[in-house]
Order: sequence, then C-alpha cells, then structure tokens
Amino acid sequence: MKYMMMMNAPRGNGEYQINDWSPEDFQAHIAFMHAFNRQLSEAGEMVACEGLTPPAQAKLVRAGKDGRPVTDGPFPETKEFLAGFWIIDVDSAERAYELAAAISAAPGPGGAPLNMAVELRPVMSAPPDPAAPSLTR
Amino acid sequence: MTDRGTSTNTPEFAEHLLRELAPQVLGVVARKCGDFADAEDAVQEALIAAATQWRAAGVPTNPRGWLYSVAMRRLNDRVRSESARRRRENEAASEHAHEQPFVSPPDAELGVMTDDTLVLLFMCCHSALSPSSAIALTLRAVGGLTTAEIASAFLVPEATMAQRISRAKQSIKSSGVAFRMPTDDDLAERLGAVMHVLYLIFNEGYASSSGPDLHRVDLSAEAIRLTRMLRALTPDNGEVAGLLALMLLTDARRAARSGCHGELIPLDAQDRSLWDRQMISEGTALVSSAFASGSVGPYLLQAAIAALHDESPRVQDTDWPQIMALYGVLKRMSDNPMVALNHAIAVAMVDGAEAGLALVSELDTDQKLRGHYRLDAVRAHLYEMIGDDARAVLLYRAAAEGTASIPERDYLNLKAARASERS
Repeated sequence: MKYMMMMNAPRGNGEYQINDWSPEDFQAHIAFMHAFNRQLSEAGEMVACEGLTPPAQAKLVRAGKDGRPVTDGPFPETKEFLAGFWIIDVDSAERAYELAAAISAAPGPGGAPLNMAVELRPVMSAPPDPAAPSLTR
Repeated sequence: MTDRGTSTNTPEFAEHLLRELAPQVLGVVARKCGDFADAEDAVQEALIAAATQWRAAGVPTNPRGWLYSVAMRRLNDRVRSESARRRRENEAASEHAHEQPFVSPPDAELGVMTDDTLVLLFMCCHSALSPSSAIALTLRAVGGLTTAEIASAFLVPEATMAQRISRAKQSIKSSGVAFRMPTDDDLAERLGAVMHVLYLIFNEGYASSSGPDLHRVDLSAEAIRLTRMLRALTPDNGEVAGLLALMLLTDARRAARSGCHGELIPLDAQDRSLWDRQMISEGTALVSSAFASGSVGPYLLQAAIAALHDESPRVQDTDWPQIMALYGVLKRMSDNPMVALNHAIAVAMVDGAEAGLALVSELDTDQKLRGHYRLDAVRAHLYEMIGDDARAVLLYRAAAEGTASIPERDYLNLKAARASERS
C-alpha cells in the first residue's frame, strides 16, 4: 500500500529554522536524510521523494476570469510549512508509522530529535477487492 | 507452441515461449549451481538477451538449450570475476575457474523436471517473505517477467522493484529454504501460501484492468497463467481447481465491470452480454468436476458462488437461496468477516433487508471489521432497499470517506447523491 509522507518543518527566525543551525548540526541533519533515503530505496519501499523550496518562493495560483493564472504569495505566516514529501510503498500501516516516526526524529540542534509533525496520507491506489460484497462493487 | 507454422517468428511467439521456458531453465540452473539467487539473476540476464536477439535473428532451434547455455555462461562469468576480485584482494592464487566452452545441450541432457516449477513456486511464495516481496519474486522467477515490467505493473520505480526482488532472495537465503519439494507434512500449508500469492497477483490486476494500457503487464492474465501452471502440476487438488475457477469466473466479467472512464459498475448493473462465455464455461466445468471429486475448500466455494452469479441470465434470476447456503458453509469454514458480510447480504436477498441488517449489526463488534467502510456501504444498500434514503445517504457518504480506491469512492458518492435527490 502506498502512502504520502509530508514533513512539516517548523518556521524559525526568518524563513527556515535550519538556517540558524551550526554547520555540524546542519551536516548531521542532511546526512540523516541521505541515509534515510538510501535505506528506503534498499528496502524496496521508495516510490518518490522531493524536497521543496522555502515558503518565500511559493505562489498561490488561481485562474482569473479569462482563465489566465493570477498569482499571489508568498504564503501568509504559518507556524509550519511543507518542507518535503515522500511516496512510499509498504506492506502495512504499522511500517508507514515507523518510517514517519523515523523522519520525525531527524536530528536538530545539538543532535536532539526535532520531533517534527509528519503527515501520513494513504494514496488512493487500493485495488477493489473481488471478494467484497457483490452489492458494493 | 503446437503450431510451428508461420507464427513461430513473431515477437508474441518469442515472448510467450520465453515466459514458458523461464521457470524450467531456472530450475535446471538452480539445481546445477546450488545458489538460487545467483541462478535467478543469470536466468533473468539470459531472458533479457533472448528478448532482443530472438527478435532480430528469430527463435533458435533449441530455445531451452540456448537460454540454459547463456544463463550458465553468465553465471560462470560472475564466478570468474568474483574469484578474480578475491585473488586481487588476497594476492593469493586461488583456484582457476573452470574454462568451459558452452554449446547448447539437447533438451534431454538438460534434465528439465516439471516439478522444478512447483519447487520454484514454493520457494518464491514462502512465508518468510512479505507478501509484496513474494509477489515480485514469483512474477520474475516463475512468470519470467522483467524487473521493469513488474515495476510498471505496480507503478513503482524499477530500482525500487529491483531492490525488493534482491531482498526477497536474501530472505530466502537467510531463512535457509532449500530448493526441494516440501515434505508431505508441510505441503498443504506451503501450497496455501502459493495460492494466496497468486490470488494477490490476480487482485492487483483487478485494480489496473480498467482502461487499456498496452505497456502494462496484465496481472490478472498472468495470475491465471501461473495458476493454470500450478493446476497442471497438482491436478488432483480441488482448491487449486477452485482458485483457477474463481479467477476465470471473476475475470469473465472484466469487460462489463467498468465504464469507459474506469468507473465502477456493480454486478447488478452490468451488461451481462459482455461477460466472457468461454471463461464462464471453463470455470463452471472446473467447479463441477472439483465438487464431484471430494473435499470442498474456501476457494472452491467462492468459485461456486461466482459461478451462480455468472450463470444467471438476468440479475433477477440470481439463485440467492443457493448463494446464501454456500456463504453459510464458507462462514463456518473461515473466520474472514468479509465472508460474514457477504452472507448477510445473501440473507437480505432471501429473507429481506431487515434480516440482513440484523446480521450486519452483529459484525459491529468484530475486531477485524469494526469501523470498516464496507459495513457502512452494505448498510447503505440495505437501507436503500427498504426505502430509507435519508439513512442511506449518510452511510454512503461515510463509506466513501473510508475507501482507498478511487472508482469505489466515486461509485459510493454517486449512490449518495442519487439517494439524496430522492429523499
């Protein structure tokens, strides 16, 4: 079953809390993410992953009356923002929770776990069950 | 394969032949080299080489021998480069790998054993593997599919699928599963695991079969092909016959069960003229002969129920009393609450929706089914049957929120909208 894992990073001073970290803490965090991605690939569970630019570069887009794009942004101040996401393919919900918790505990300043909020959403890719009641399919 | 006339040099013929030969060649190579993981890699390389070379130059006169020779050569290359590496590292002269010239041996000398395919299935579907690993490995080692084809069937990157397969092989290695037939004591359980994996493959295909996608492997057809293979190897097993029949009788409705945008069309609204008559008659014949020959298991019972649906010319002709009786037997045999839910529906069709609703509410406390959206979906249908549209709307909507299948969600939301319009 596939899930999307969304890593919501807390805002710090300025745009991105990570900008305030020491070089060692920053490097440890990046190394953690690389190792995590490698493990996910080696486990045969990685479908995709991307990191996103900070909110300063984000735009809100709507179609105008003529159908042309109308852009707005950057986003209004929020406490947290989406810093990156993964799509994983795992055998159980428990395994997805385990992976999300591992991301949540990524190291921050002084190596202490960040305990970030990770939003986990099942991807709508489930096969309809042929054994399901005939009335419902 | 009996027609050796004009069709033997088409790409379809070559592909079909390759997939048939894959497990046979792997069986011989695995027995020869004693390492399943290495043998499997070598055979996969030989299959990929054959796919391009046979297309260009035609199928060789001894295709099995060709594949065997190429696989053994790859295996030897690997052994040689491995020992060369070790030599460099140790600076100790290790024994030279055998320099063996390879010529295609005749079939008779290959020692192809039909049991090998069965042993391979037992190995790939071993309970030491997670379901997703077992599925991937079975499709590659027994089905002869390439990693790229399997990856695209499951919509994951090829590298991810390659890792899954190599980890599956590592699990086999570390759990010490041997390349031989299970003992009689284990046989039933191991066969159960094989049937379960084949059923899961079929189920995956059920999901992706809406809308023709020529570049994606048809997993349902592949599951049916592998189950046919299993049936040929275990001709006296009623459950294997039942599983094959269940697949055929379910797949027979394929053309009718989704609309042109992939939307779900439930059994009672399907255009039955689109059902595949040939598959239905093959499936029903399998059910009848398996029933006649003795013990009856869960797959055979489900196949019998599917046959009753498939044999009804119109939805109102459905033999619900018989279906209710079969679900009753199935319910006593398995602790699957989905069976109990199906039984409740059959009861509703025979004794009325209230009787069905009473049975459904007994399932509210079931550990596995509690809070499951299918409880809401079934209740919604039953309330709709008795004309309580207001209640049906709420239950359809709740069910739509619980499913992880887009066609199912759309179907449930549409049912909710229609009930809402009426109420």
